[in-house]
Amino acid sequence: MFKGDFIKNLPKIYGTYTGGFIVFIILMAIAEQAGVSAKNIGVMFVAFTVLIYALIGYLSRTIQVDAYYVAGRQVPTVFNGMATAADWMSGASFVALAGGVYFGGYTYMAFLVGWTGGYVLVATLMAPYLRKFGCYTVPDFIGTRYGGNLVRACAVFVLFIASFTYVTAQINATGTIASRALGIPFEAGVWVGLISILICSMLGGMRAVTWTQVAQYIVLIIAYLIPVFWISSNVGGGIFPHLMLGDEVARLGELEKQFGLVKNSAADMKAAGVPGGLKYISGTHSGVPEGGMAVWKYLSLAICMMVGTASLPHILMRYFTTPTVRAARKSVAWSLFFIFLLYSSAPMLATLSKLALMDPTLPTGIIGKSISEVQSIEWVQRWSEVKQVFIADFNGDGILQLNEWFMRGDVVVLATPEVAGLPFVISGLVFAGGMAAAMSTADGLVLAISNALSHDIYYKIIDPKADTAKRLLVARVLLVIIGAAGAYIASFRLTSILGSVAWAFDFAMSGLFFPLVLGVWWKRATRAGAIAGIIAGIGSGTLYLLWVFPKFSVPIFGGVNTPFLGIDHLRFGLIGAPICLVVMVVVSLMTKEPSPAIQKLVDDTRIPTGKAILGKQH
Amino acid sequence: MSNKDAYWNKTKNHMIVTLVLWAFFSLVIFMFGSELNTMSFLGYPLAYYMTAQGSLLAFVIILFWTANKQEKIDEEHGFSEREDD
Repeated sequence: MFKGDFIKNLPKIYGTYTGGFIVFIILMAIAEQAGVSAKNIGVMFVAFTVLIYALIGYLSRTIQVDAYYVAGRQVPTVFNGMATAADWMSGASFVALAGGVYFGGYTYMAFLVGWTGGYVLVATLMAPYLRKFGCYTVPDFIGTRYGGNLVRACAVFVLFIASFTYVTAQINATGTIASRALGIPFEAGVWVGLISILICSMLGGMRAVTWTQVAQYIVLIIAYLIPVFWISSNVGGGIFPHLMLGDEVARLGELEKQFGLVKNSAADMKAAGVPGGLKYISGTHSGVPEGGMAVWKYLSLAICMMVGTASLPHILMRYFTTPTVRAARKSVAWSLFFIFLLYSSAPMLATLSKLALMDPTLPTGIIGKSISEVQSIEWVQRWSEVKQVFIADFNGDGILQLNEWFMRGDVVVLATPEVAGLPFVISGLVFAGGMAAAMSTADGLVLAISNALSHDIYYKIIDPKADTAKRLLVARVLLVIIGAAGAYIASFRLTSILGSVAWAFDFAMSGLFFPLVLGVWWKRATRAGAIAGIIAGIGSGTLYLLWVFPKFSVPIFGGVNTPFLGIDHLRFGLIGAPICLVVMVVVSLMTKEPSPAIQKLVDDTRIPTGKAILGKQH
Repeated sequence: MSNKDAYWNKTKNHMIVTLVLWAFFSLVIFMFGSELNTMSFLGYPLAYYMTAQGSLLAFVIILFWTANKQEKIDEEHGFSEREDD
């Protein structure tokens, strides 16, 4: 089934798959009507979809090196776009993005611009050239362009730090969703999640991950969009919210004035016993904060996320799988289109969800009502029990004020369907979507790390004579080890210590962005320059992070440091990347220019036609 | 100037144009967020609209446009790949 004309049959295969998934949703809706419990529907949704991914992973098993590392370079443009979108949108994007917009408003939406705009950099500066190069991994490009094991090892090191920061958060998300949907403890959920992730990737490497990611994209986008459109028509937002919520956004502005945006003091919140991680609305939804610093905060965050996007190896390696250079360029455009479908919906979901809770004229509104009345609402009780929502009557008037309602960001995606009166089958669907989003990103990341270790460290540096069977065995063993290490760390719930997903972007931009860009666009860049640049970039970025992030700076430097120019721990790439650039240029100019062979190699990289720099088997 | 150099010059200029458009939609307009927000589009305040949807859409359009334009440059200089490559 997966041989010969499989590629030509892809639209038919995934069309049937999508139809099958919709039939499954309808069956679940019927089951709900027939009295199957909400919990069992959630279990069936997650179990059914994960089994399908595992089946795809098994059918895509391979014993060929180029199929394992780059899916045989035959993934069509549009399908690679879907796979990249799934690779990109993590469990955090799926469950936390709308919540971030809900609480952060305009300021938070710098992430939306950053996580999409980066693809313009990927398409113009990187993807087509890396595809032409014919590398298996990102360090493979750096190692060949600059020549030598040391620079290759430096690139692997940066890749490892950036991707590993990211992957523990993903395995953590997989575990959270698995534990909620299946009703098992978090620690067990993490291992269930890990096994699902490994089944999808171990037997077929990149080929298996590609075809499961396409399937996961279809599930996650259906699971995100159906509730948004449905909620919108239920709360009177119109059938197409993206174009029709102008009045609702204006109404939120009025309600903010009516209720007042009050900042709670830390002491008050501590005294009332607000659980950790819960937030309240204290900023405006659509208003732009005044002042130069606010503008700089927005821009600097967007820059870090954009440049980081263009340096993340698990994204770049997706463009190694297309048949041609031209297809790689088009594929970036399709990737962003598929990402856009979800990212442009998140602010709409946040608007609808906020309005549903804040507008006292709607039956779902709770702000401004009496607290005892709100506490008797069924969904409030259920989410209060698990400490996801909280009420603190600061002024003691018995009326719920805007600053007295606390909620975890995830609740926006997970509970809004329920709040707006949608059947439980939709909540089950949302679980399946969240699981798909977390699994697909974790798969891509684990594969990026283990491929770099097996290809660049094991095969290129330790044992260049290893045969195919041995290389693939090592790749698979490393995959299991990396996955298990990620799950082991995730099971301790250290994510609050490991910090934010944004760090992965800052690490990647500090150490990889300029070595990659200059490798293609500046022939004069030398090996010594690249090595010095990577070490200086990642070194200075990491040191700055240690200095600026209070959890690190207090034990190391003995105090809290004020961020330099507003560059806080989310933005430390703004220190690392410029230092990397300067050091790389200066050292390159001080050393002898690259050999004619390397210059010819760069010339060939810049032209779409002709043989790839690295052969089909290398 | 060889064909390869001419091709690379055009590609470089095209890259710069693309990045200027990119910088406009990702950075320049948000330097004037509070001014833009006094205007409205589809009933949304403009800066809010751009960060929630408008710039994102602009990036998608830029990417399709830039890929098509680059294909034309490839063709002009005889560096176009065959479909079955």
